Amino acid sequence: MSTRVLWVLGIFAALLVLLAVGLGLNPREVPSPLIGKPAPQFVLPLLHQPDKTFSSKEPLGSVWVFNVWASWCVGCRDEHPVLVEFAKSGAAPLYGLNYKDRREDGMKWLDRYGNPYRASFFDADGKVGIDYGVYGVPETYVIDKRGVIRFKQIGAVTPEVMARRIVPLVGELQRE
Amino acid sequence: MNKEDPVLEKRVRDVAHELRCLVCQNQTLADSNAELAVDLRNSIREQLERGASERDVLEFMVARYGDFVLYRPPLKASTIALWAGPFALLGIGAFVLARRMRRKRPEAEPLSEAERARVAALLKE
Repeated sequence: MSTRVLWVLGIFAALLVLLAVGLGLNPREVPSPLIGKPAPQFVLPLLHQPDKTFSSKEPLGSVWVFNVWASWCVGCRDEHPVLVEFAKSGAAPLYGLNYKDRREDGMKWLDRYGNPYRASFFDADGKVGIDYGVYGVPETYVIDKRGVIRFKQIGAVTPEVMARRIVPLVGELQRE
Repeated sequence: MNKEDPVLEKRVRDVAHELRCLVCQNQTLADSNAELAVDLRNSIREQLERGASERDVLEFMVARYGDFVLYRPPLKASTIALWAGPFALLGIGAFVLARRMRRKRPEAEPLSEAERARVAALLKE
């Protein structure tokens, strides 16, 4: 009798642990298949200078941070001060992908909240976004000297993610 | 863009039914009106128009969004529990049940002399 009770309790406890772990996971965080793969190549016009283009080959040889943002994106506003701070530190160049936005809106947004980007690229139809597997703006990538994606943050970069993940990783990659 | 081709549209819809809308997660790309879903359907259409096969399109999506984008997850080492789990549980259940049913019920204890007398008395009534 008591062994049976123990069994039932054991199974119940196991189920509880399983459900608790499941609840703690975030189903929105889809593991990116792009980690460890070369960053998709693109050539896009600059947000501020429509007649000039940027090729993703340009930063090859240096570690860079690539942030997908838009003026209509609420989470972007949350992470913005963190990015401004990061840009000020000069740890690595920060480039922006202005995703599915209107040019004037994007520029106005940067005027208002500050522009931490060395340059922002204008991805009006979101094609480059699709190549980077973007499905929830903001998203942030750390790309190494060989142009390989080493880290991806889905959703706003919090001060913790910046301090614990991105900054140490950038430092590490620069020594590679 | 030629959206009138019914054959192409059907192919687009069929592929979209296999893919998960990552913004809404529990809908397929075909059923979702999220902006990304619209963009991805357009991307499927363009690829098919360019002559890509259904398989090519699915591979395109998996390369960008991972296996999660497939509504029917592929059978591989990391998903084996997902596919085999229910059958394994069913098997365990059947095993336990079978063992239980086969287990003999304990024999009834023989009646004592006093009980026998009582039964006889009751039967006589």
